[in-house]
Amino acid sequence: MLIELTDVRKAFNQGKPNEFWAIQGITTQFEVNRISCLKGASGSGKTTLMSMIGCLSRPTSGRIRLQDRTISSLPERFLTQVRRHTFGFIFQRFNLIPGLSVVENIMLPAYPLGLKASSLRSRAERLLEQFLLVDKASNPVEWLSGGEAQRVAICRALINDPQILIADEPTANLDSRLSREFMVLLDQLSKAGKTVLISSHDPVVFDSPVVDRVVELEDGLMVSGEG
Amino acid sequence: MITLLRKQRYFIDYTLGTMMRHKGKSLGLLSVYTMIIFMLASVMLFSHAMRSEAVALLADSPEIVVQRIQAGRSVMVPADYLQRIGKLRGVTEKRGRLWGYYYDPAVKANYTVMASEQDQLTINDIVIGEGIGRTRGLSVGDYLTLRSHEGKAFSFRVSRLLESESELISSDLLLMNPQGYRQLFGIDESLYTDLVLSVRNPREIQKIAEKLTRLLPDSRPILRSEILRTYESLFSWRQGVMLILLLGSVLAFVIFAWDKASGLSAEERKEIGILKAVGWETGEVMRMKFWEGVIISLMAFLIGYLAAYLHVFYTSAGLFEPVLKGWSVLYPSFQLTPSVDGLQLATLFFFTVLPYTLATIVPVWRTSITDPDLVMR
Repeated sequence: MLIELTDVRKAFNQGKPNEFWAIQGITTQFEVNRISCLKGASGSGKTTLMSMIGCLSRPTSGRIRLQDRTISSLPERFLTQVRRHTFGFIFQRFNLIPGLSVVENIMLPAYPLGLKASSLRSRAERLLEQFLLVDKASNPVEWLSGGEAQRVAICRALINDPQILIADEPTANLDSRLSREFMVLLDQLSKAGKTVLISSHDPVVFDSPVVDRVVELEDGLMVSGEG
Repeated sequence: MITLLRKQRYFIDYTLGTMMRHKGKSLGLLSVYTMIIFMLASVMLFSHAMRSEAVALLADSPEIVVQRIQAGRSVMVPADYLQRIGKLRGVTEKRGRLWGYYYDPAVKANYTVMASEQDQLTINDIVIGEGIGRTRGLSVGDYLTLRSHEGKAFSFRVSRLLESESELISSDLLLMNPQGYRQLFGIDESLYTDLVLSVRNPREIQKIAEKLTRLLPDSRPILRSEILRTYESLFSWRQGVMLILLLGSVLAFVIFAWDKASGLSAEERKEIGILKAVGWETGEVMRMKFWEGVIISLMAFLIGYLAAYLHVFYTSAGLFEPVLKGWSVLYPSFQLTPSVDGLQLATLFFFTVLPYTLATIVPVWRTSITDPDLVMR
């Protein structure tokens, strides 16, 4: 067992008239070296749950444990360390920084590690080769197609060699061919030892044979997919 | 240590990249900031230089100048006043001075003319200030013709050009033989323009001035410290006037800094959210933005200050001259002696670079302590 959630809840605007409970008590586990998918309609709480697992936000109540370590109550500084060394994120809109080149975007998460420029560069180049982006290395990211931008986002997520990859609606901006290609890439990463968590309401993703487990959410509650 | 330096280098590289990405905004910001520093520094440098000139001007002047007042106006002092003063304790030297102004229609300017015994000039010799030399194109050996009070032309041979620590002192000065001075202006042997007294102990000056007033009731002793104080207040007042005129731009800068402090654009917030999400710590995001503030404000400070220095000392503060010099514009034109006051420099730095840097850090800190998920939404 790698990730364990116990009665996790998340409220926005707590105590205000527009208080909203996005997650209303989820208890489950996600295991290593598997591709798990959170399925559900928009507003079902997929992104919020992924954010809490990935230490991008904290639960209002409940507990999240990672390898026997409770991460939901860690101070910000330690939370960042966990985020930096354990997770790699692929966002729905890729969230690449415009104006920077492909290679600069990829190296961004590694800057705070203070690696030697040559070793940082060679890490990035290995990823560029692996994801067929060598000829785009110095292009600004605004010039990339949707598929290319997503591959850059994957490279950026992998630059610090994280154990867990979190992909939030990764195929939302891709056509079905590119979506299928993306799933093949995830399969390769899983086989290489990565744990993958995807949120999606795209059948190409949750019906994909590479997905090991599908968890369905509805209105902040888990409705199927007990692990 | 090396890792830490490398990290800082990456942050600075990233910051420079960010500034290049927002070229228009960065350049606009830099221009406004530089202009503010330039204006404030110009006023400060000019006023300080003028005060320094005043100090240099008075450094070798006598401690007490005695004028004779008649019907409220300053008039020539009879030579026998020196005898009437007699021997005052603490006074090391007393002598009469001859000085006045000469209007030169050729350059439409007033010269200050003084009789000098120290220079041992002959009746046909004259020593001129650098300003006069420049304006009239005169050098040693040339002749300068002046018209006497009777309209008669006198030609004087330039025997030397005056050099001084302050051009303000010597620029418009003419030194001549006392006899020549009396002939030129038609002043009787028994009269002086004023008397000067040198005093050994500065603490006795006030007492001696009181004694003089009792001895010569129609005299007015003027102390060197009083003149210096007058100059200081005059230039401090002018600096104040100028700063009030600049208040509008200073206010604009404050509003601008406040605007920076009170919020970030959606794009900037998102960028911080992304950086946090990919593993940057709050401190690292702040360091990156700190470098941005430092680069902009230091560049603006250095360029603005350097431009102000050139403006004040090499173009004679052309932009502010009318306000700072006032009606009493000195002719021929002179150049200020470059001088920088460390305290003034530090004050300007403290009130511009620090507030701006802090103003850029505060909103970044506020954003970066928020959950990245919330910031990116």
